[in-house]
Amino acid sequence: MSEPVLDARKVTMQFGGLKALVDFDLTLMSGELVGMIGPNGAGKTTAFNAITGVYPPTSGDVILLGERVNGRRPHQICMKGIARTFQNIRLFKQLTALDNVRVACHHGHRAGFTAAFLLTAAFLADEERITQRAEEFLAVMGLADKRHALARNLPYGEQRRLEIARALATGPRLLCLDEPAAGMNASEKVALMELIRRIRDQFGIAILVIEHDMRVVMGVSERLVVLDHGVTIARGSPQQVQKDPKVIEAYLGDSYLEEKHIHVPVEST
Amino acid sequence: MRALRLVSQSLLPFVAGLAVLSMISKGLSGSWAIVLMVAGINIILAVSLNVVNGFTGQFSIGHAGFMAVGAYTAAKITMALRFVQIAGISSDASDQLFFLLALVAGMVAAAVAGLLVGAPSLRLRGDYLAIVTLGFNEIIRVIIENTPFLGQATGISGLPRLTNFVWVGMGVVATVVMAKRLAESTHGRALLAIREDEIAAEAMGVDTTSYKVRAFVIASAFAGLAGGLLVHLIQLCTPRSFTFIKSFEVVVMVVLGGMGSVTGSILAALVLSLALEGLREVQEFRMVMYALLLIVLMLTRPTGIFGTREIWDILPKWGRHRAQGAAGGSP
Amino acid sequence: MTEFLQHLVNGISVGTIYALIALGYTMVYGVLKLINFAHGDVYMVGAFVGLYLANAMGVEENPTIGKAVVIFVGSMMICGALGVVIERFAYRPLRQRPRLTSLITAIGVSLLLEFGFQLPSIPHLGIPFPPGPTPRFFPEIFTRVAWEPAGVHISNYDIVSFFLAVGLMLALQYVVYRTKFGTSMRAVSFDAQVAGLMGVNVNRVIAYTFALGSSLAAAAALLFAGSRPRIDPLMGLNLGVKAFVAAVFGGIGNVPGAMVGGLALGLAEEYVSGYMVSSYRDGIAFALLIVVLLVRPAGLFGTFRPEKV
Repeated sequence: MSEPVLDARKVTMQFGGLKALVDFDLTLMSGELVGMIGPNGAGKTTAFNAITGVYPPTSGDVILLGERVNGRRPHQICMKGIARTFQNIRLFKQLTALDNVRVACHHGHRAGFTAAFLLTAAFLADEERITQRAEEFLAVMGLADKRHALARNLPYGEQRRLEIARALATGPRLLCLDEPAAGMNASEKVALMELIRRIRDQFGIAILVIEHDMRVVMGVSERLVVLDHGVTIARGSPQQVQKDPKVIEAYLGDSYLEEKHIHVPVEST
Repeated sequence: MRALRLVSQSLLPFVAGLAVLSMISKGLSGSWAIVLMVAGINIILAVSLNVVNGFTGQFSIGHAGFMAVGAYTAAKITMALRFVQIAGISSDASDQLFFLLALVAGMVAAAVAGLLVGAPSLRLRGDYLAIVTLGFNEIIRVIIENTPFLGQATGISGLPRLTNFVWVGMGVVATVVMAKRLAESTHGRALLAIREDEIAAEAMGVDTTSYKVRAFVIASAFAGLAGGLLVHLIQLCTPRSFTFIKSFEVVVMVVLGGMGSVTGSILAALVLSLALEGLREVQEFRMVMYALLLIVLMLTRPTGIFGTREIWDILPKWGRHRAQGAAGGSP
Repeated sequence: MTEFLQHLVNGISVGTIYALIALGYTMVYGVLKLINFAHGDVYMVGAFVGLYLANAMGVEENPTIGKAVVIFVGSMMICGALGVVIERFAYRPLRQRPRLTSLITAIGVSLLLEFGFQLPSIPHLGIPFPPGPTPRFFPEIFTRVAWEPAGVHISNYDIVSFFLAVGLMLALQYVVYRTKFGTSMRAVSFDAQVAGLMGVNVNRVIAYTFALGSSLAAAAALLFAGSRPRIDPLMGLNLGVKAFVAAVFGGIGNVPGAMVGGLALGLAEEYVSGYMVSSYRDGIAFALLIVVLLVRPAGLFGTFRPEKV
């Protein structure tokens, strides 16, 4: 058995008196596509932040490819092989699509500042290689013809895809997507999930997807983790999770509905 | 053959610059030359500050402090080597060589100062840098005024006039080439990414602190170059040339030209240096105008004249509009 | 021992002034996350308003307690109003823009006050406004009495200044932690958007915060003028940076921290310059700032709230 890409053990994140994430365990193998679901405020993004080093976890271990990475800065963790997207798109708005991806390709760049100043052969070769690589990732995400458009001028769906292209360009072993389908309609969501599955197949990496809408993620992921109030309430195959009384409670329970002030017609399955 | 092409491409701006500058300098004399040289020094300052304030989105307001470090280092070196001559070459050539040495030493000293100031403050948000650099600018003054070795408030006088049109011009060429080649390199893109979204940049593997510090150190080095050129032009090195007022002048140039636009900085530095040359005597009015300019710009057009674009991004568009009429949209 | 005590008296006397100014930085940073560069210059304006009031009432010839009260209240009110005007016209329009925009505007306002006050006076105004670049001398607003218990020089100015400053800080502490306004202010500081949704009038809270901080700066200016009567339009520059260092040292955004930071900086300056290197006195604050940024950037009492991702 090969070693897991990510092994999170009892990761806990506490903000003052609030435990946003409690004893979070997750093991991901290469090539797995796992969905993370749960209602608003369940701790999904917090789990991402703990894994990617945005906030160092209060306790527990984050082990990446056999190495403990707690307390490392996000750029170090990215270099180790985790890339992510953000719930509220965080592109470099005033840069072109190509430059957004090229920023993420900068690792493996050997030539330093002086080489850039002198335009040395090594520097030019590096730039050439980076540009080529970036264009490949743009093509994978269907953005090849948008390479010179400014990120802020792209339509919403393309911004989401550009963010994925940018994350992929860092050469990750694990790709974390934070609600990549947010704000899309049902058919767009399905198309995006298909695209995510293709990425997994093509690059052979592990992918962890946060999705608010349970039905969307059900279709593509082999495994689901369900969070509620920071606690992992269920895990397993989509079919298992769907039947889990705790999950139904969390999603459709009275307390949840009251909290959100919404009325949902209960569907019978 | 390929190597030759690379070398020529790399050195082209410098060789061409040297040739053109030498030609111009022959036909240039008197007070005009001095005004142009001061403007050139301001271009070096504005373009280098733009690397920090424009490219990287941090905000330094103490550029004159680093200028002072470079100026005093260079001045002390030329004063020490005043009566020394390298054997076998003419006295003039010897002086020029020593001047180059002094300028480079000034750049190195300013870069070290930049590292000492930047490393602690750039780990934090950009606005801390503003007050730290403002403080640094004042501290440099306090140190100079209390250090007999640096001539205290009177400063160092009797410096040889080594700065000429070619030196300043080559300084401008070096600064602009640095800024442009940086902007179009992977390092420059990392800086721009930090400006756009620091958290996202870090998540994409950009070591933000390290990049910010490196940008700051480079900018400081070129401020040091400007300082060295200035004191060997006015033949006097006093703390009065490097007060926070000078720093604010440079900030105004960068903001007016557009943060991130190299050509914008050049243009703003030229305009402010030349147009306000007449206002030199009434400093208070000039500074009040600068202050109002900053406030009005921020309230109405915070991107400055060019924003992050360059002149040529805008000029062809005018041409196109004229050609296609109002229907000509963006590509 | 005498020397030690003398430094203690001087240090506390300067430190309370730093603390009063630092409070303005820290409160504004708390609600807006903005370094209000113009704050040091509002302090300068406070000194000049006090000077104009003192001259108008003929304080130099005939000082009374009543006149002193008028000077204090008048100067604090005018500076409070100035703070509100600056916020309303320079900062509020930019609140939704990138932070850099407000920072640059703040620098612009600071320059405008510093150099606007150096312009030649407007003729036929009755008072010499703007005052011009030459330093002025602040008159004694009440008769100076000094004692030397155990060889330590201490004047009634030191005592009044200390108790007034402490009184103002206690009043502020009460306002921030015991009143409805204080609760709103802390709510805005925590999350302005949510506070707004909870019915807090965010604009009003921010305006009052500026009024409060600016009037404290004016009070600090008048208290300081008692021991250093030389005032000029650039006096706010250095003192502003020092007070900011005090605020950062205590933990920016933290009200008690600003007080402790101010006192600590005042004492540090006195003792370091008294016993070690007096000529670099003005460098001590800067050295302290660098050390704080390196060792504990959140300051003594501050906590870093990471940006929400």
